[in-house]
Amino acid sequence: MGHLEFDVAHLFAGGLVLVSFMLLYQDRLYALLNVFALQAVVLALSVSWQAYVQGAPHLYVTAAIALFFKAIIVPMALHRIIARLGVHREVENVVSTGPTMLAGMGLVALSMVVMLRVTSAAVPLAREDLAFALSVVLLGLLMMVTRNNAVSQIVGFMSLENGLILAATGAKGMPLVVEISVAFSVLIAFIVIGTLLFRIRERFDTIDAEALDRFRGGRR
Amino acid sequence: MAVILDLVVQNAQMLLVLLLAPLLTGFVRKAKARLQRRRGPSLLQPYRDLLRLSRKETVLAEESSWLFRVIPYLIFAATWVAASLVPTFAAGLMFNWSADLIAIIALLGSARFFLALAGMDVGTSFGGLGSSREMMIATLAEPATIMIVFTLALLAGSTQLSQVAAFMLSPAVGLRVSLGLALVALVMVAIAENGRIPIDNPATHLELTMVHEAMLLEYSGRHLAVIELAASLKLLLYLSLIACVFLPWGQAQPGAGPAAQLAGVGAYIGKLAVGGLFLAWFETSIAKMRVFRVSDFLGAALMLGLLGTLLLFVSRSL
Repeated sequence: MGHLEFDVAHLFAGGLVLVSFMLLYQDRLYALLNVFALQAVVLALSVSWQAYVQGAPHLYVTAAIALFFKAIIVPMALHRIIARLGVHREVENVVSTGPTMLAGMGLVALSMVVMLRVTSAAVPLAREDLAFALSVVLLGLLMMVTRNNAVSQIVGFMSLENGLILAATGAKGMPLVVEISVAFSVLIAFIVIGTLLFRIRERFDTIDAEALDRFRGGRR
Repeated sequence: MAVILDLVVQNAQMLLVLLLAPLLTGFVRKAKARLQRRRGPSLLQPYRDLLRLSRKETVLAEESSWLFRVIPYLIFAATWVAASLVPTFAAGLMFNWSADLIAIIALLGSARFFLALAGMDVGTSFGGLGSSREMMIATLAEPATIMIVFTLALLAGSTQLSQVAAFMLSPAVGLRVSLGLALVALVMVAIAENGRIPIDNPATHLELTMVHEAMLLEYSGRHLAVIELAASLKLLLYLSLIACVFLPWGQAQPGAGPAAQLAGVGAYIGKLAVGGLFLAWFETSIAKMRVFRVSDFLGAALMLGLLGTLLLFVSRSL
């Protein structure tokens, strides 16, 4: 495999991690959605580059699915949900940005240490992809943990799934059936969560997930 | 003979940065004014300001110590040395062996230290306020700079600027996401270090927001002129640093004739003009941040630098 192929793959996968950080940094909801769409575009680019390098045409389908569903449909739907909930001006007070970023860096370092050790037998491209994919997954989880707002928790969840797709394409791709079913299950999950959002809103007049804690009587 | 020629080129560079620095400041001001549909002062205005200030009487506060009088020259000397170390129009200058990124950071750091001391020397509240803010910005900007230097050093195998520039010109660079991250981080650090708009407004003396100007409030006359010149030099230094590391094309190679050197000067001035235009455009299109948001801005720069280093480790260890 040539130098250029590896470098471009590195560029796209690294770009994906970078966009994950932009998601963590962003606290306005509409901007968050735009960054999320950008992440889907980068993912699609990365997957199609892998398809080209590996000579695996079915990966183009994956890229198209990512581009169509995650860069267009999901952000648009979320846009409409936010508009209907009327929460677009809510600035979230997260665990402040600095510590979150530091935690994110720690997670990236962790995933690199773990993945590069574990996968020493694989080809370099797959190793690198797996390391970056794990960090995208962990950053998505971190985003879900540090946010109160239910919409941005959804975005965290979706970006986590982007990481999974990256991992799958790095490891010689998964079967197309599995891929499509994963894509659709994510969509279903999205619909369910969307409905849930409106229910939470109806019940508690807010989409701050802390309201649920109070309701449960847990945290004090 | 060769030594004399080298010495001449090196001196030409030192004079060039000194002469160009106020022009660059004037150019940025002019571009900003034009973008805001004002006519703006003449390009030569900073020179006139410096001349005017140097002719004026110097007023010293009664409580000021000897440090207060010495510091402007210290700051100026450190900044000038740092600025003339960065290869601008020619690679392979005589003092290139000392043109080390870490040395430049250290020189700028000591200049900042003295400036903060001067701010606190007289004991007015504004000076102290400016010093404490400057130090807060510095504690965040310096780690970010160090991370950028790490990234560059890991890639080029050296912290010496001319070698980094030579590496960037060679085809071994390839397509590196880390370099992009380092560039963005360096631009953010440069904006913060020079007190440009999202961090500090160089044109204001509004007491609540100023950082750099607050430390200079007690200075007047030739001291003020020297400090202003040092500030211009610092802006020029950061632009040349970015140009030297990320756009080294057009630099005269070692042993080149006078024609190549002149072409290098032309390319350098072109790069400065482009950088100045970008700075003016950026400053016009963005609003100033609250002081407490500065840590977010510079934290992002630090994060980018760290991420660049981490990504580099991945591709190196494969």
